[in-house]
Amino acid sequence: MSFIQYAAKRLLRLILTLFIISTIIFFVIRVIPGDPALIIGGVDASPSDIQAIRTKLGTDRPLSAQYAEFLWSVLHLDFGHSMISGEPVRSLILQRFPLTLTLAVLGLLIGILIAIPVGVLSAVKRWSGWDYLGLVFSQLGMAIPSFWLGILLLLLLAIKFPVFPLFGADSFISLVLPALSLGVARAAIILRHTRASMIEELSKEYVIAARAKGLPESVIRYKHALKNALLPIITIAGIEFGYMLGGAIIIEQVFSLPGLGRLFLYAIYQRDFPLIQGGVVFIAIVFSLVNFVADILYSIVNPKIRLE
Amino acid sequence: MVLRKARRLLFSLASLYLLVLVALAIAAPRVSPYSPTEQFLDRRFHAPGPANFLGTDNFGRDILTRILYGSRSALVVGIVTVSVALLLGGAVGLTAGMGPPALDSALMLLMDSVLSFPTILLAITIVSFMGYGLVQVMLALGIISSPIFARLIRAETLSIKTEGYIEAARALGTGPVKIVFRHIIPNIMSKVIVQCSLTFAQAVVVESSLSFLGVGIQPPAASWGLMLKDARNYLVQAPWMAIYPGLCLALTVLSFNIIGDSLSEQFNPRLNDS
Repeated sequence: MSFIQYAAKRLLRLILTLFIISTIIFFVIRVIPGDPALIIGGVDASPSDIQAIRTKLGTDRPLSAQYAEFLWSVLHLDFGHSMISGEPVRSLILQRFPLTLTLAVLGLLIGILIAIPVGVLSAVKRWSGWDYLGLVFSQLGMAIPSFWLGILLLLLLAIKFPVFPLFGADSFISLVLPALSLGVARAAIILRHTRASMIEELSKEYVIAARAKGLPESVIRYKHALKNALLPIITIAGIEFGYMLGGAIIIEQVFSLPGLGRLFLYAIYQRDFPLIQGGVVFIAIVFSLVNFVADILYSIVNPKIRLE
Repeated sequence: MVLRKARRLLFSLASLYLLVLVALAIAAPRVSPYSPTEQFLDRRFHAPGPANFLGTDNFGRDILTRILYGSRSALVVGIVTVSVALLLGGAVGLTAGMGPPALDSALMLLMDSVLSFPTILLAITIVSFMGYGLVQVMLALGIISSPIFARLIRAETLSIKTEGYIEAARALGTGPVKIVFRHIIPNIMSKVIVQCSLTFAQAVVVESSLSFLGVGIQPPAASWGLMLKDARNYLVQAPWMAIYPGLCLALTVLSFNIIGDSLSEQFNPRLNDS
């Protein structure tokens, strides 16, 4: 399969996934018991008030018409206007997204910077003290929820030793602790994959051949094996990046950062349904796009995957 | 060898921790003299001491008592989530594995779409439209966790379906339903049990995350996530409010992960050799 064919096939899958996800979101929103109009109106609302809200939301029209309109809005990335502020949902989201994106990118960087050296060292010095340390770290990293880690970091580095601010996002420095909380938790997962991938690579025949040829061990490990071992990590990093975006919602709450997550939560607290809908669809699109890009990159560095 | 011994020790410690947690959760009203919800405004922010081993919170409630009652929420959410996910995922997985290939592809595409979505976001969305509370959280988590069971059970079913003894049973005229219950389910149980343990851990984390965000279990009920939500506002006055519930949460997740890993190694020693 050529690169173009592979990319086209993958693009088709991306569109299909987005379509299915949009459909799932639509049904979660519209079919799950509970009338948004009743929730917005409250217990004191008169039947005519409720009807007015339904008309405004468009929930009084047939489900098929609502579904068609919903898909159309997803295609256009146009999710209507916020019910609270009246601003377009898209511009609200785009205002807040850069902060969340920065947080996720920093989190991923920290995760990779921790995971890859430790994972490679663990694989090279298997069953050594280093490896055990790596294993303990990855178990702890998977067990400690990122939001509690964030709180612990605040206790230690904002209160006990006031190096970082307790609230707010005024400067780059206020992003350090949030990114650290996100990165350390997911580093555990990347570490596990790096270690496994490196161990697999080191047991392959070309490594034995290189040893037989008399190549220095460091060249075999870090020039040949490492290069191949890191390839699958691209896919993992793509998936992890998506999880960082999801995790950022909670971390923004811990550190009072005004990102997409906080916007989304306020939308939920205030029952701002168009904003909730837009937020979920937007994150779903970003998430799918990131995975798409990761897969395409992977197919470029490792053409073998196109044959599978 | 050292590793095997260490793993066995960890497995024992994890099991012991969970047994104690379950026992304390059941016996909470007998163990603690305090109420988890009654407020004592004259006893706010007491540091850990002889009267309140882990201190009191912003309403003067005993932290240890609330942790014990919070473990009830965590365990109930875990049990119901795993049960719902297992039933739903099992039904889909077995249908996909035994059914015609077209149905298999369609079901797996649906499951993959759900899997390709950040868990926490899907959970928040579902809960925000169903209303907050314990039942909604458990249902949402059960639905979200089912695709991973569906994938696992389908893959196992497909690989077992071609075994000689299944063909023999079929040749003897055994019906598909009987084959599923008599031959397939018993043979995939080991991997399913491992997944149950990991899903349980994930459910506990997501429940506390939702409660921390204010869209999960609602006050005044006790939940570890809810306790951490309160604690976030009083980090300077009362750090103990943030430390102990989180510690309990992390230890619980760690225990389920360790048990999952150990069982997976027990059932399939070659897999975890690396």
